Amino acid sequence: MYKIVAKRELVPNINLFEFSAKEVAAKTKPGQFVILRIDEDGERIPLTIAEANVREGTITVVCHEVGKSTKQLGNLKQGDCISDLLGPLGKPAEIREFGTVLCVGGGVMAAPLRFQVKAFHEAGNKLIGVVGARTEKDLIFEDEMREVCDDLYVATDNGTKGYEGLDFLKKLLKERKIDRAVVMGPVVTMKTVSELTRPHGIPTIVNLIPIMVDGMGMCGACRVTVGGKTMFACVDGPDFDGHQVDFEELMTRLKMFTPQEKLAFVFHEEGGRSL
Amino acid sequence: MSKPKPKIKKEAVLMPKQDPKVRIHNFNEVAHGYTEEQAVAEAERCLQCAKAPCIDGCPVEVDISEFIQLIRERKFDEAINKVKEKNSLPAICGRVCPQEAQCQASCTMGKVGDPISIGRLERFVSDWERQRGYEARQRAASSGKRVAIVGAGPAGLTAAADLAKLGHEVVVFEALHKPGGVLIYGIPEFRLPKKIVESEAEYIEKLGVEIKVNAMIGKLYTIEELLEQFDAVFIGTGAGLPRFMRIPGENLCGIYSANEFLIRVNLMKAYSFPRADTPVFVGEKVAVIGGGNTAMDSTRCALRLGAKEVKIVYRRSREEMPTRAEEVENAEEEGIILEFLTNPTRFLGNERGWVKAMECIRMRLGEPDASGRRRPIPIEGSEFTTDVDTVIMAIGRTPNPIIQQTTEGLEVTKWGTIVVDENGKTSIEGVYAGGDIVTGQATVISAMGAGKKAAKAIHQYLMKKHTK
Repeated sequence: MYKIVAKRELVPNINLFEFSAKEVAAKTKPGQFVILRIDEDGERIPLTIAEANVREGTITVVCHEVGKSTKQLGNLKQGDCISDLLGPLGKPAEIREFGTVLCVGGGVMAAPLRFQVKAFHEAGNKLIGVVGARTEKDLIFEDEMREVCDDLYVATDNGTKGYEGLDFLKKLLKERKIDRAVVMGPVVTMKTVSELTRPHGIPTIVNLIPIMVDGMGMCGACRVTVGGKTMFACVDGPDFDGHQVDFEELMTRLKMFTPQEKLAFVFHEEGGRSL
Repeated sequence: MSKPKPKIKKEAVLMPKQDPKVRIHNFNEVAHGYTEEQAVAEAERCLQCAKAPCIDGCPVEVDISEFIQLIRERKFDEAINKVKEKNSLPAICGRVCPQEAQCQASCTMGKVGDPISIGRLERFVSDWERQRGYEARQRAASSGKRVAIVGAGPAGLTAAADLAKLGHEVVVFEALHKPGGVLIYGIPEFRLPKKIVESEAEYIEKLGVEIKVNAMIGKLYTIEELLEQFDAVFIGTGAGLPRFMRIPGENLCGIYSANEFLIRVNLMKAYSFPRADTPVFVGEKVAVIGGGNTAMDSTRCALRLGAKEVKIVYRRSREEMPTRAEEVENAEEEGIILEFLTNPTRFLGNERGWVKAMECIRMRLGEPDASGRRRPIPIEGSEFTTDVDTVIMAIGRTPNPIIQQTTEGLEVTKWGTIVVDENGKTSIEGVYAGGDIVTGQATVISAMGAGKKAAKAIHQYLMKKHTK
């Protein structure tokens, strides 16, 4: 059993959890993820690690309630336990001195991005940060990102805060010398930014979390096409070259179980099994 | 030993099974197992040969003639103890071993009639014991030595049990959330109920073994770090990586690896979705590519999940199928279609990115290949297209690579398997390996045999180290 030692609502439907997981915390590096399972009937939920505190023996994840399982997780409180937590999984992000790094975090992924940004900062990089969300109300980790970035931009889909959309990056990419870009967020965000950096030849790293089951290379559900080759995001990634990823295929595959996910949500909303 | 009785039945006592028409709608175990009377009647058929060729056919050398004799005498408790002297997972072996190719292959009765149903008898005595609850077994005096086992599959659990019985302190590290390895994620409920795997694992815990789940060695600890805490390490991480054909369209929705499909259904209990959270999609027309036990298990799961037509597509012919005979028989009874000498060449998708059809080519058999089986050769121009909405790729598994990637100095073959000597010793002192991680994909019982052999070698190593 793994205990929730702290829980904080960042914005409605997005919660930050700190789990007691001493051994995992000791080995975690930015870019890696864990797989959680809430209870005996639970599914295996992959979540990118947003922080590891070796001294306290905890790891932090931020979870957006989008379906049955994430809502169930959102209903747990400080002091509650989940049955399983496996990690750290995936290869760590490549952190070294690149020069100037553009870090774009969309939605809930701004939190794990901040974990990388701190490491980039410590490695001597200059950091241009972008945090984005659908609306102002959905923005998370703006202050936390501002603390560690040299410059921070805010963007929302509807322009309620900061820039409207990511088009502003075009000008930025023209004006600034950027040596590397790291994008974590919805697939569409990773695709958009990769397309914007491509003409400038800026190496662009995207962090992919497709549908996965075991998270250790066994199921192949998370296969993605990168540079024409099939890769497993869980063991070959989760970081890949954004200019080589087949994002269309990834988006299609992410929808594979949408009808079942809706069914599970409705079934449990109607009290199929106590939450 | 008693003399063979004058009149011996040539036919084996049949094991009662669920009616195929009924069982295709549930995940309950297909075979019910012998009753006491049936077990004794089958045991009566045993000739009690002096040489007992059956024992040579058993990778863990169970004293078969002796335990069958004890069944005959209705000493079921002694019979199970006799089995357990050599085999720590008898309820599992009785169900999943390919007995026809092992112990039963050399049975003297097989020359005049049906061989003795050794597997069914092994299953009977282990079920008999489990229904009564395990006795707490006495442990040997503590040796003061600690052994880490990596992977709670058949090889690891066997090695753990043997080492614990010898008095060593054993910790098993398992990456998944339940112990059992392929027994829990791969083999379906209707062939090997999960409560049996769970109780066999409990038995091993009763021997004093600690099983630590959610612990992925290579990520959480390296082998080098384990050696700081333990006197020896056994690696039994198996062959768990799925193979794909690398043909066009393989990443379309609706195409699974057999591993994904079976993990969803078995480990994650997708058959009770939405009560269990993990879903699985099965359409109307399912094609399973491959001819092994995994392929057979996948077809039968798909059928039980509501598919209308389930087909095996295998590039060789029936004779080359590396499958347990009883399972092919069961699958055919259930209405699985077997399409031989056929291989997919590409998958075609619809506008939503889902598989809708598959192009195949007919094959013919040429000269035997490295596996000793005749090599399948495509017949040019024989391509044809068939409608499918679900495809399961069951064409084999490759070794898990994480330990090899994270362990300096560990000698590995070009196939990614770990190199060991005849006792399971690797290139690193104190580190042993066995099972699919050494041989490549094989059977449960051969992995258990390797675990046993390595346990013996580890014990000798520890005792020698002790006296130094």
